[in-house]
Amino acid sequence: MAFVRFMLDGQEYLAEEGAQLVAAAKDCGVYIPTLCNYPGVRPKGACRICTVLVNGIPHTACTTKVVEDMSVVTSTPELEAFRKSIVEILFAEGNHLCPICERSGNCELQALAYRYRMTVPQFPYLFPKRDVEAWHPKLIKDHNRCILCKRCIRGIFNEEGQAIFAFGKRGDRLIINIDPETSKDISDELAQQAMDICPVGAILRKGKGFDVPIGRRTYDQQPIGSEVAP
Amino acid sequence: MTSPEIIETIIARYQGDETRLMDILIDLQDELGHLSSETVVQIAAALKIPQVNVEQTVSFYHFFAREPRGVYTVYLNNSVVAYFRGAAEVAAAFEEAAQCRFGEVSADGVVGLFQTACIGMSDQEPSALINGHVFPRLTPQRARELVEGMRAGWTILELKGTGFGDGNNAHPLVRALVRNHIRVPGLTVFGEYHPGEAIAKVTQMSSGEVIATIKAASVRGRGGAGFPTGMKWEFARRATGEMKYIFCNADEGEPGTFKDRVILTERPQMVFEGMVIAAYAVGARQGILYVRNEYRYLHDYLESVLEDMRRRNLLGASIGGVPGFHFDVSIQFGAGAYVCGEESALIESAEGKRGEPRDRPPFPVEKGYLQQPTVVNNVETLCSVVQVMLKGTDWYNRMGTEQSKGTKVLSISGDCDRPGIYEVEWGFSVRDMLAMAGARDVQAVQVGGPSGACIAPGEFDRVLAYEDLATGGSLIIIGRHRDLLRDVVLNFTRFFREESCGACVPCRALTGMAQRILERIIDGKGRAEDVEHLKSWLGIMRYNRCGLGQTALHPITSTIKNFPHLYEERLDQSDPRFAPTFDLAAALEDYAAATGAGTE
Amino acid sequence: MSAGTPTGKKIVATTSLAGCFGCHMSFLDIDERLLDLIELVEFNKSPLDDIKTFTKDCDIGLIEGGCCNDENVHVLMEFRRRCKTLVALGECAIMGGLPAMRNTISLQECLDEAYRLGPTVADSNPGRIIPCDPDIPRILNRVYPCHEVVQIDYFLPGCPPNADLIWDALTSLLAGKELALEYRTFKYD
Repeated sequence: MAFVRFMLDGQEYLAEEGAQLVAAAKDCGVYIPTLCNYPGVRPKGACRICTVLVNGIPHTACTTKVVEDMSVVTSTPELEAFRKSIVEILFAEGNHLCPICERSGNCELQALAYRYRMTVPQFPYLFPKRDVEAWHPKLIKDHNRCILCKRCIRGIFNEEGQAIFAFGKRGDRLIINIDPETSKDISDELAQQAMDICPVGAILRKGKGFDVPIGRRTYDQQPIGSEVAP
Repeated sequence: MTSPEIIETIIARYQGDETRLMDILIDLQDELGHLSSETVVQIAAALKIPQVNVEQTVSFYHFFAREPRGVYTVYLNNSVVAYFRGAAEVAAAFEEAAQCRFGEVSADGVVGLFQTACIGMSDQEPSALINGHVFPRLTPQRARELVEGMRAGWTILELKGTGFGDGNNAHPLVRALVRNHIRVPGLTVFGEYHPGEAIAKVTQMSSGEVIATIKAASVRGRGGAGFPTGMKWEFARRATGEMKYIFCNADEGEPGTFKDRVILTERPQMVFEGMVIAAYAVGARQGILYVRNEYRYLHDYLESVLEDMRRRNLLGASIGGVPGFHFDVSIQFGAGAYVCGEESALIESAEGKRGEPRDRPPFPVEKGYLQQPTVVNNVETLCSVVQVMLKGTDWYNRMGTEQSKGTKVLSISGDCDRPGIYEVEWGFSVRDMLAMAGARDVQAVQVGGPSGACIAPGEFDRVLAYEDLATGGSLIIIGRHRDLLRDVVLNFTRFFREESCGACVPCRALTGMAQRILERIIDGKGRAEDVEHLKSWLGIMRYNRCGLGQTALHPITSTIKNFPHLYEERLDQSDPRFAPTFDLAAALEDYAAATGAGTE
Repeated sequence: MSAGTPTGKKIVATTSLAGCFGCHMSFLDIDERLLDLIELVEFNKSPLDDIKTFTKDCDIGLIEGGCCNDENVHVLMEFRRRCKTLVALGECAIMGGLPAMRNTISLQECLDEAYRLGPTVADSNPGRIIPCDPDIPRILNRVYPCHEVVQIDYFLPGCPPNADLIWDALTSLLAGKELALEYRTFKYD
């Protein structure tokens, strides 16, 4: 295993060569916020929130690998403002009704909004007309809440290794579809994984939800990322 | 044949290869008219891939139809220049004659009316595609005649009549009504050229010498970004891979651009010869010309050119008699997606997927098509390469400016007397271009298409060059009498909203939100802070993955910068405590409709 | 605009538009600090003191709920005219909240479901009449967050906002300080 030296926010660190920057920074105690990133799933810089400066140039940290002598700046006032904007855009773009959402308190989007103290988005609410799909025997897909991060597309496959989720359409009509064939016989475990991989409450297992009381949920007491850095 | 049989036959044509999904879908749509949900399921089963993955590709591209779109499908261009030239009146005539609205098919199922983004005919608008064939220079009268002909069951050729265009537009395999409008032929693309000479010369050199020559000539990419071509080739040559590929990017979708269409019509041999030279330099075995679907009317002709080059040993095995130099070119059509002009999206599309730009690194020169080293060059770049190899670096470097060598083919359109193709040396001023094109009373010039800059008369002495106004080659001239915000900026903003792939959050959402705010400002309900927001959004958009996303707000931000008064004079000045956008009477209309209540 | 009392107390008004009064209930959850509060402020138009109309200009207006009908709009605009500072209190005021669930459904469809076609309609509304009378507010095409109607100065999220958040914000505002939004009390549910 080769280790390389790199600069992170002005301090020198060692990391495994080729390590994902988000993970390497975490090992160094530096929190880079992410949303579309999920450990073990091929990264795809979709949400852009992990954008950092690599040798002065903006790159998404989830798709960047650590190399020798790389110099990384994870936080500037401009980057922080940008990250808050991403969160706000997502809230304004979909229909995010936290008070009635099964994922509230365990939602990464909401947790980032808490972290950035979003009171109201600086972007116009679009109130898009979107469906809730409940035809699947085990899953509910609530498109109102979907932030199109592709985590389910990249991370959930059936026993034959076939995709279950995929994008449909494009632009602001973009949607994530469930394949009726490849998802037909999914196990409860896989359905649970699909629900867990979703950062928000867009994929739900039927009959599950609200099972942890308010106050004991993941982000009730401590901000997201505080396990990395306070 | 029944549909399942047709599907089976066409999939067999492509050996059941899922990376050929674009070809499969294009051929199937030709046969079946549209791609129904049932067809999608059948394709998925035949290719043994999930149906959501087929759906993902089908639903991404504008020209793939999920429902029948009529025996005759009309795609009327809705670009800025089309409206300048009367597209609204033509649209109204089509609707009246067909007895249906745009977005619909006539009750008898004969005529389908749809809109489409710029189809590369800005010098002869308004224009439409009808069953894949171009009908330029439309008038309301012509629209009515066309619908009559459709109702009478005329063939496309009968609908066209006989007024074929100049040059190869009249070629038996083209027979298009399109005109070239080559107003100023320059020395590079439209200069003296004999197919095969460059290949003969190049094959006497080593691949290293070829790259050195291209580097010495400072050839830069003509798509707009201006990346040094020799360097790109060098990277690809050094990269390791089982196969290497040369792509020619002929997906010009930037509204106002049409130069590649004319080059492919008049100089296809040169383009292919450039690909051969690139292949020789890089060590590639296969080439793909990726052409936008709007230019499918050139398909048979381009194939015949390829066939002819194969016969003359300019393509195929042991090209130019060089043992082991094997290279051939195939043609890949798109299906209506501007973003595929971005090289990594183009590669995704050629692999049969939705045209979503990739994260970089790795760059295509390392991992491109099918994860192999891939060079993607613009049509015009490849032409430059041919002439540089033939006439030498000194000849090439005598033209242009310090950092921009050679010539540039410009597509000029809009409010001028002589829209068309101008091949000029880099360093030409905007003012001189306007004089050449016969433009008077100019309010603004859109340089480089919507993703470029909208400049005011005070800047007309700026020159076209990488060091000043870098451009992929389009100039849209906007006359004094136009409402710049409503007629131009709003149209461009809608275009980007429509064409965003949707993967990056800022591009997906802010294009639509910006449109909303722009409409608000145009309606006189915008506030100074709205303008400030729009300006600041550029800072968010710069973090998008690809060029489309990074530039999608340029129509707005460059006009805020260069034409601030057009915004200021429309701003609402009422009591800032109350939102000018809230209209109580309008908000009560639905209730009034449901109950008969008033709205006062 | 004149505000404040001769004793220097700030004047506060509150209202619930398209809300459930949950935010007001949470306000009361500041418990014994209410006694401190009435040392600092005087209430004008508010359900807390049952003053139905403004009798003077106010320093702070707390708005619960978004706008779902024309009466909400008129009240909100009146608050904007009479209050120096407006605070959107809770999710409904900020983004429409639960009532805004209807924003993706047409008003006609909502009214049909409620008064014509819904499963409970037969007994309660035999005539299948959609209510329409000068005495009842007219329903807007959708629910509007307050800041889409008037300028809002501060936003306190929560469903309802945590009592401590309300208390901290109010005391900061009264002292003319920046609002400190403490993580523990800053929630959307």
